[in-house]
Amino acid sequence: MKVTLTVNGTEYARDVEPRLLLIHLLRDELGLTGSHWGCDTSNCGACVVWLDDTPVKSCTVLAVMADGHRVLTVEGLANGASLDPVQQGFAHCHGLQCGFCTPGMMLTARWLLNNNPHPSSYQVREAISGQVCRCTGYENIVKAVLWAAEYEAGG
Amino acid sequence: MQVPAQVEYERAGSVEHALTLLARYGPAARVLAGGHSLIPMMKLRLVQPEVLIDINGITDLCYINLTGAQLRIGALTRHAQLLESSVAGEHFAILHDAERVIADPIVRNWGTVGGSLCQADPSEDLSAAFAAMKGTMIIHGPDGSREVSAREFHAGPYETVVGPSELLTEIRLPIRPGGGSGYRKVSRRAGDWPVGAAGAAVWLDGDVITDAGIGLTAVGATHFAAAEAEDFLRGRTATPQTLARAGEIAAENCRPVSDQRGPADYKRHLACELTTRVLGVAVARARGLMA
Repeated sequence: MKVTLTVNGTEYARDVEPRLLLIHLLRDELGLTGSHWGCDTSNCGACVVWLDDTPVKSCTVLAVMADGHRVLTVEGLANGASLDPVQQGFAHCHGLQCGFCTPGMMLTARWLLNNNPHPSSYQVREAISGQVCRCTGYENIVKAVLWAAEYEAGG
Repeated sequence: MQVPAQVEYERAGSVEHALTLLARYGPAARVLAGGHSLIPMMKLRLVQPEVLIDINGITDLCYINLTGAQLRIGALTRHAQLLESSVAGEHFAILHDAERVIADPIVRNWGTVGGSLCQADPSEDLSAAFAAMKGTMIIHGPDGSREVSAREFHAGPYETVVGPSELLTEIRLPIRPGGGSGYRKVSRRAGDWPVGAAGAAVWLDGDVITDAGIGLTAVGATHFAAAEAEDFLRGRTATPQTLARAGEIAAENCRPVSDQRGPADYKRHLACELTTRVLGVAVARARGLMA
């Protein structure tokens, strides 16, 4: 089936099997390997990307369901050479260890801050509650998101 | 690597179109809404449809509105939309209580209210919430639409009365003054299915309970409800002792099974304790003592 979708501002057209998962379209067909393929059961959140304006777990969305829609992956998070404040926060606060969960964590963080520019620590934890850091580095992930919020507030 | 088996894919642009496709493909087809139950089950070959009928394009089915004395929820409404809906929260605190603990924020962005109900998982939260509120489901089929009460919607585990050529389109909840409601759940970790959960609604005349609705999930309650406890409460004064007795009756009438989430006796304990607690919440809200 022919699908056309816009990923990080670039339009792609591909002929795919209906059973192809969005995560595999992104990684295997489009070569965008920043999104990670983790648990395959919609529990870990390593595969989180934005579909239009909200984050989704792309291991549980068919590629054909993204036909005609916009997708944002971690590759599209930076503005050219300028890292998104969320990315800067992860760098400043050591918000990653092995890095496997990082793309999904950052995309959820970006969504949280767009909707709630001044989240509490609890609200950050709630936002990432559907995502697993296998290094258990949650403290620094929360700090990184709060750092980004403060940075964007001019702090 | 888990991938679904080969499957055909059709996209429905309207309810009528979906019904035409359902009529064409019959039981070989499954309706695809959020897909957050269906796609994992397809990966595991627990279900292997020949055709998926994607209804995500039927945006007419995404709504929450007040019509007369009813809250009407379109079947394709995402969990996140229900959680964000101030009108839903104002009239039915139980819905916001429940949505806060359904899966996680990312799953709630895509999973749908109707999809959750039609999946009919015996541990599903909204099934208990709608049973407590005595909601009505609107089902469209080739011969028009029909109404089914929430307590007649489920035919068994993973089974509803929605036929292979039918589509759930709307859930209606009656709004009655003088009431309060709530939902409480115990799960092993954030975002997990419940070990046990209870929803309750009460209507008061002074201190007397004029009517009550109790929904239970994951504990083997018939139709996700505790009808015997509701009968006990009607006409009684809302004292802590009365609510505690209703909890005991609810627990006596459910049939939990031991599984990886916990032993049956613990689930029965939860049915009692959570029913008692959530009745207290519902009473406090009916009295305006709690947000």
